[in-house]
Amino acid sequence: MKPKLMAAAAAFAGALLAAWPLAGEAWEPTKTVEFIIPAGTGGGADQMARYIQSLVAKHHLMKQSMVVVNKAGGAGAEGFLDVKNAKGDPHKLIITLSNLFTTPLATGVPFNWRDLTPVQMMALDEFVLWVNASKPYKTAMDYINDCKKLGPGKCKMAGTGSKQEDQIITAAIEQKTGDKFTYIPFKGGGAVAVQLVGNHVESTVNNPIEAVAQWRAGKLKPLCVFDTERMPYKAKITGTMSWYDIPTCKSQGLDVEYVMLRGIFMPGGVTPEQVQYYVDLLQKVRQLPEWKEFMATGAFNQTALNGKAYEEWVAKEEARHVALMKAAGFMAAGSK
Amino acid sequence: MQEIHSLLEGFVVALSFKNVGLMLLGISLGVIIGVLPGLGGANGVAILLPLTFSMAQQPGGTTSAIILLSCIYWGALFGGAITSILFNIPGEPWSVATTFDGYPLAQKGRAGAALTASFTSSFVGALVAVIVITFLSPVVANFALEFGPPEFFAVYLLTFCAFVGMSKEAPFKTLASMMLGFALASVGTDPVTGTLRLTFHTQVLLSGFDFLVAVIGLFGIGEILLTMEEGLAFKGASAKINLKVVLETWKELPRYWLTSLRSSAVGCLMGIVPGGATPASFMSYGVARRFSRNGSKFGTGVVEGVVAPETAAHAAGTSALLPMITLGVPGSPTAAVLLGGLLIWGLQPGPLLFVEQKDFVWGLIASMYLGNIAGLLVVLTCVPLFAAILRVPFSVIAPIIIVVCAIGAYTVNNTMFDVWMMVVFGVAGYAFKKLSYPLAPLVLALVLGHSAEASFRQAMLVSQGHLGVFFSNGLVGTMTGLALALLAWPLVSWAIAKVRAGRAFG
Repeated sequence: MKPKLMAAAAAFAGALLAAWPLAGEAWEPTKTVEFIIPAGTGGGADQMARYIQSLVAKHHLMKQSMVVVNKAGGAGAEGFLDVKNAKGDPHKLIITLSNLFTTPLATGVPFNWRDLTPVQMMALDEFVLWVNASKPYKTAMDYINDCKKLGPGKCKMAGTGSKQEDQIITAAIEQKTGDKFTYIPFKGGGAVAVQLVGNHVESTVNNPIEAVAQWRAGKLKPLCVFDTERMPYKAKITGTMSWYDIPTCKSQGLDVEYVMLRGIFMPGGVTPEQVQYYVDLLQKVRQLPEWKEFMATGAFNQTALNGKAYEEWVAKEEARHVALMKAAGFMAAGSK
Repeated sequence: MQEIHSLLEGFVVALSFKNVGLMLLGISLGVIIGVLPGLGGANGVAILLPLTFSMAQQPGGTTSAIILLSCIYWGALFGGAITSILFNIPGEPWSVATTFDGYPLAQKGRAGAALTASFTSSFVGALVAVIVITFLSPVVANFALEFGPPEFFAVYLLTFCAFVGMSKEAPFKTLASMMLGFALASVGTDPVTGTLRLTFHTQVLLSGFDFLVAVIGLFGIGEILLTMEEGLAFKGASAKINLKVVLETWKELPRYWLTSLRSSAVGCLMGIVPGGATPASFMSYGVARRFSRNGSKFGTGVVEGVVAPETAAHAAGTSALLPMITLGVPGSPTAAVLLGGLLIWGLQPGPLLFVEQKDFVWGLIASMYLGNIAGLLVVLTCVPLFAAILRVPFSVIAPIIIVVCAIGAYTVNNTMFDVWMMVVFGVAGYAFKKLSYPLAPLVLALVLGHSAEASFRQAMLVSQGHLGVFFSNGLVGTMTGLALALLAWPLVSWAIAKVRAGRAFG
């Protein structure tokens, strides 16, 4: 009788032990989760957030539902302030663009990524230097040198938004080469690509997905990609080239590197269990075949970090943005 | 005729049982979205977009998905006019110009006629645009490539100039109202430097004044305040409510064929460029007023004043899909969301889409024909129903309108601040009416001010500060010239009249 009782007690204790860590981890959303996009409808961040929402719903990854809300005002400041002010609310997520760094610096709106809790880096978005296909340029330096010859401000670069990623890359090119470009801000990546096709500007730094259709149609051509390595996608996009065939800018003598964070954050003051829930959720999303297809369509850099590594990455990127924006004179009067 | 063959194949795709079902569903949802002010076509499509992702993964599913979403868009285009006409509350930005004559018509008891005219001319505009898309898409897609910043500014200038000088109020009141609109439009983010303007370090002003909130307040709440003052009753309560009104109005419509044609042309041009449905409707109203024989009666409730903006808005809204599929440039906020959808479904909008995704493109084009026919049938059969709303006592319906307006204002940016702004704009709208300041110039400046400013400053960057850029080639020169001519026209005609009068006496 005694050994049996002991066994039962041991089993009970074992069950308790087994259940204990689960009980600790088992935080789950208890109401609808709000997924904020600090940008307008139709852009890259909007597409990714809505895609995540659809995958979560389709595969029943979460018991509660997820709603996507655009808060685009003040170059995204509206969305970031909303999350900053929701301190401790575990039912709010936000997807970021580079405006996580650039908006507070350029506008002086009081927020910093440290007001938020980093959850998961989903991917990095690439930037490619594009020119009109009718131009004779073969390499990035052909183009840069030609612009130098034409004189300061004669080459026009179109990009999305002002004092954001596209203009920062333009400024970085200027700082490295001593060239001077005229940067013209437009509302969206598609409009930017068409301005280049119509020969209204000389170059763009469109994301792959924004310019791929015009590339395949033979209207635009890529000169180089602003990443440390070539994009890994080897399937042919045009008759002769794949994303992998585009050289890095650095290998061409244009020493500028830039990728854009597509990451998920939560408000500050949430518990580690709550963060872990969303890390697990987003890991599940990343494992789905649909997600991999989405990554290939947009030729994304699939680096995905979380926890400490993610935090360090963000801190390093912030320092880089401060340096780049200071050198370019993009800082708002009030910000340090 | 290669196109006809492709189109027939498109009809085969679009006419499946499932796709026709989705079409009707989309149209009905779209009409509801269009009727509710604030919940625009772009929001409606964005909310339903995730539903289509799994739909798009089945074979032929992308066509079904785009049919559903584009039909929501057509429905919203139809539906926006309903509240404009009945209550002077534009459900969508492009139906603001419809209120100018649609609401006076309803007050005269001709709500049914106004609704019929609006729906029918929407249909005509869409039809012309789809025919243009079917047969001329390669040509017009290339035309859109000609448009750089100076050309876009010229388009906006043309819209302003077509509209200026048309209001009956004192010119300085018009000017004051328009300048107030520009001032409101400049709140928020500077489009070129990216810095914040006039936000006074408040979070609520970061996104500026949304056009929809202003319109809901100025028109909707303002009108209710006026009606309350005048005695708690709708003027249009005597509206006939049977389907005969449709046939009677149809008899009248062919008279305005020239206005229809002109408005379709304006609409297609603005859609393809892409300038958007809202400027198209304003420009078309302005042009119609200037060139119509009944021009002086515009604004008092003439059917022609409903035909012009509605034809152009729907023609522009429809043809805006052309730059979206051929260039990847959305011609309207709704098209921007649809574009995002296409990208996620794995389609690449661009010059090759017509070659590689024939089934998709022609299925979509065929669905534009069918969707608009379905839309017309749906909304026309509901005309008596809509008109009957005006028979409900004002004291019952006014609170409902205010609640719907408040919800609409809240939906735009999900902030309570916008609801308060709506009330402020409502009081302002009432004051404007009492002091006989025109509201339309303010609204026009608010809706186009930001884009016009952005294009102007982009053009100045391109030309490094030389105004000559607005005459630098035939296209932009013609448009700028036309705009200036339209602006000067009232002065010229006044001078001619003076000279003639002088001769007669001399």
